[in-house]
Amino acid sequence: MDPGFLDLELIAMQLFSGVALGAVFVMLALGLSIIFGMLGIVNFAHGNVFMVGAYAGVFVMERTGSFWAALLFGPLMVGALGLLIERFLIRPLAGRSPDDPLLLTFGLGYVLVEGVRILFGSDGLPFATPEELSGVADLGIGFFPIYRLFVVGVVALVLVALWYGLERTRLGLIVRAGARDPEILRVLGVDIQRLWLWVFALGIALAALGGVLAAPMRSVNPEMGNVVLGEAFAVTVIGGMGSLMGSVVAGLLVGIVVSMTALFAPEMASIAMFAFMALVLLVRPQGLFGKPGLGV
Amino acid sequence: MQTLDQTVVAAPPKVPRRSPIALDGVSRWRAPLSILALLALPFLLPSQALAVNVLIYGLYAVGYNLLYGYTGLLSFGHAAFFGTGAYLTGIGIGAFGLHPLLAMALAVVAASGLALVIGTVSIRSRGIYFAMVTLALAQLVYYVALQASSWTGGENGLRGFTVSTIDLGIVSLNILNPLTKYLFVLAFVGAALALISRILASPFGAVIEAIRENETRARACGFDVERTKLLAFVLSGLFCGLSGALSAIHLSIVPLDSLAYHTSGTAVVMTLVGGAGTFFGPFVGALTVLVLEDVLSLWTPHWQLALGSVFILFVLFLPRGLWGTALGRLTALRGHR
Repeated sequence: MDPGFLDLELIAMQLFSGVALGAVFVMLALGLSIIFGMLGIVNFAHGNVFMVGAYAGVFVMERTGSFWAALLFGPLMVGALGLLIERFLIRPLAGRSPDDPLLLTFGLGYVLVEGVRILFGSDGLPFATPEELSGVADLGIGFFPIYRLFVVGVVALVLVALWYGLERTRLGLIVRAGARDPEILRVLGVDIQRLWLWVFALGIALAALGGVLAAPMRSVNPEMGNVVLGEAFAVTVIGGMGSLMGSVVAGLLVGIVVSMTALFAPEMASIAMFAFMALVLLVRPQGLFGKPGLGV
Repeated sequence: MQTLDQTVVAAPPKVPRRSPIALDGVSRWRAPLSILALLALPFLLPSQALAVNVLIYGLYAVGYNLLYGYTGLLSFGHAAFFGTGAYLTGIGIGAFGLHPLLAMALAVVAASGLALVIGTVSIRSRGIYFAMVTLALAQLVYYVALQASSWTGGENGLRGFTVSTIDLGIVSLNILNPLTKYLFVLAFVGAALALISRILASPFGAVIEAIRENETRARACGFDVERTKLLAFVLSGLFCGLSGALSAIHLSIVPLDSLAYHTSGTAVVMTLVGGAGTFFGPFVGALTVLVLEDVLSLWTPHWQLALGSVFILFVLFLPRGLWGTALGRLTALRGHR
């Protein structure tokens, strides 16, 4: 084989790695965007919720021994936590400055990190790739870890389900109307408080699902959330806050940018995402898909 | 709560979090009074190191408060300025053998320059975006420092620039003596407080508060809102850079953590707990948080659980902070007379 062909192959593989990495970013940014679009708040505990999701996955897996149970019940448990957070911490702040829920969730981040440290210890935990998903698959251009393909598949499924739910169901119609004009919706007799409650929990559960999915790919430790938060913000800012389309495109784009940088200049990989964000901001302050002035 | 169409609505309603301005007579004396209060600190606290930390983090929070409390911009990236001030002071002394004061001055200039760059990018994004963008840009600075390990020491932090004496020409300060070190740091903090008090009393100070109260109206009045915000951002970065420089002198080591998200959050916590938009509040916040840490960490390694919970309670029930609430009560009392 000539070296040029080899290079192309390597680039294609790296592109695929980027998509798998980006799929996790998509889950994070989707949760952030859904919560922002509906409730108008930025969840600063989002990274820590991702971390709690990974630990919930560990917890379920230890009890049941099944990765599939962890994938299902981990996010459900964290989503239930999201219900409590919305009901007892976010809701009392209704009518106050949009900074207040942001600050509150920031404080919540400390509590989640220390809570996990108390329950699971401060050291990182291993999270083995489930046996049925380990190994590599031949993609024609090269061998690729099956687990990463699986992650991309799950995220694609979630995206289709979300799209269907939002665009094709009656509930989705109500949710979209609520994002556009909560006052009118209230006048029409919809219990918008309850809607906010469930949408918040959904956003939280999506982040937790991202955490469980990412767990076998990156180490699980209490501090991982703070790193993830910056990444999630960069993706959301690039895509445009409140835009679901933006979350998906930006998530994949950032994943690809990071893994391509890792190929050519590994030491620049973690810098690339934020530099990319700064670049996008200079050209389009509202993000790729954001409408101007959407951010309050 | 808020709609996607809020672009048409002029400005989001902001809950006033500022202190009442009624204590006019005091505001002229706020800098000297603050310095007097800080002079007493080393004799009230259990350790000199804690007292120096209160000064340094107090100044950090005061600088942060200039942006958050007075201009109304919620930044989550001020670690970038604190860390830059600290790292460049250490590098100036350690790698280039500069006089500590010169190293500090250069570090403060660099932190202000960085604030100019980060401010230019982030001020284009408004409201809630601003917090996210500043956070992400600070992460960028963090990763740059992590990778430039030949200069910064990477994960191990910057070491090897111990400052024991500072030659001032006429006298030489032995800052290994805790009280001398405290007074040395206090000289800078006091000067900074006097300067900030002057800035707040200037027309510029009035404009930034006008922007916090109602940005659209300030713009309609003919003020250049963007440039004013940028100037407030740079000034805030300058004072936070100075506090970082002082922390490098104090610790003789710069941990990588000084650039981390955690450090940005510290400024937010201290400012809010003390009282955003009040002159002395950030010091009260720094004192409260550091004493809480000092006491609780004796009992449990999980003291941040208490810190987070206390912070949540403040957001829910005491958003004006300790000092802000106390000032509010005082004004109410005076009003009744």
